[in-house]
Amino acid sequence: MIALGLLLLAAVLLLLFTVLRRRSPATLRRIAAYDRLNREVGLAVENGTRLHISLGRGNLFTARGGSALAGLAMLRRIAERTSVSDRPPIVTAGDASLTILSQDTSQSGYRAAGAEEQFRVTAGRMTGLSPYAYAAGTIPVVRDDNVSANILIGDLGSEAALVTDAADRQDASLIAASDNLSAQSIFYASAQDPLIGEELYASGAYVGAGASHEASLQVQDILRWLLILAMVGGAALKLVGFGF
Amino acid sequence: MRVFTAAFAIASGLIVLIGYFVPLPPLMQLRLILTDWAIVIAGFAVLIGIFNLVAVQMEKIRARQVGSIYGAVLVLSLILTFGFGLLLGPDDPFMRLAVDAVIVPVEAALMAILAVTLIYASIRLLRRRVDLMSILFLVVAVLFLIAIMPTPIGQLPGSQFILDITGMFSRGGARGLLLGIALGTLLTGLRVLFGIDRPYGGN
Repeated sequence: MIALGLLLLAAVLLLLFTVLRRRSPATLRRIAAYDRLNREVGLAVENGTRLHISLGRGNLFTARGGSALAGLAMLRRIAERTSVSDRPPIVTAGDASLTILSQDTSQSGYRAAGAEEQFRVTAGRMTGLSPYAYAAGTIPVVRDDNVSANILIGDLGSEAALVTDAADRQDASLIAASDNLSAQSIFYASAQDPLIGEELYASGAYVGAGASHEASLQVQDILRWLLILAMVGGAALKLVGFGF
Repeated sequence: MRVFTAAFAIASGLIVLIGYFVPLPPLMQLRLILTDWAIVIAGFAVLIGIFNLVAVQMEKIRARQVGSIYGAVLVLSLILTFGFGLLLGPDDPFMRLAVDAVIVPVEAALMAILAVTLIYASIRLLRRRVDLMSILFLVVAVLFLIAIMPTPIGQLPGSQFILDITGMFSRGGARGLLLGIALGTLLTGLRVLFGIDRPYGGN
């Protein structure tokens, strides 16, 4: 019942804030990694280099798929912005369904920019189905495809360290976020500007994916405060001897 | 066509979600049917993914790109394994050997490289970013490693205290991060459910 209530509240707030944000866009706090991301997108187009976007291995049938969907929303916007480049971004994934969705999303981005002929289906690649196979298949992309920036956003585990190491050796920029705690600690140690926790889900809002993404951030903030109040209130009630 | 795709995706999502909260038999039946369809489609997606893998490697070989020889080895191995797998079945000793003698050692080797890579990344952390959080991160990691380190005299004195203190903060932090991730996942799911984000080819 609580879960259903939370879901309905989130849905109503999302719709409400989406309408509000369409009228007046939100002012977002600065996140260094997203500043770098926006800069790297522009630089890649100017320099004729590629972006590598890794969506991880998030299976869409599990809760891990959420981070992959957030990555896809960001990819849609990046594909649109890099459609003028003659070197389209390469998208790697460790899940077959996610690979197909990444191709579809890239194509949508190119179509929206009026450059559908630039789309290549092989720019969306499945590089391996197990964690280490995925890392082993992604490393050659980082190393050999003239990549200037690697954007790792999705469900990645500790195997991501192999990919970040390859990026480091190539002196390529790295923007990385994961819903996995092990990967987050690895990214904290290896990325210039790490993204922690729910900052992963802010990617859409920071690349200009639309009012709904900004609204999502606001709803997340409201729900977070409600959770904090519930936890603190619960602890206080327990302290005064009211058990439930 | 795109409108139909979006309508079907949104309707399927709503049915599965409502079926989760409202246990009506017809709704649950429909939910199971839709989930079964999704599993079958995901199975076909794997075949398409493998085809994609082969296509990318063939393109590399055709363009004589760097590392195309590895691509050739991959395609050849894939064809041989797939062919023998179809003929002999996955339980055949020869097929098991392919897993035990190739895949397991290769993944174990990568895991060993990962350990070295992590140490290297930790050493380079302070070259990349010198701030309070990075120092705290490294100090806690080193303290934790010392506390769990096996020694000839068993656990070092004070190890349990270090584990309790670092564990308390790290568990609290981890829960906070996971709550944030859960909220992010919830909102991302709702956006897809409402058709605002359409990763299945919409605008």
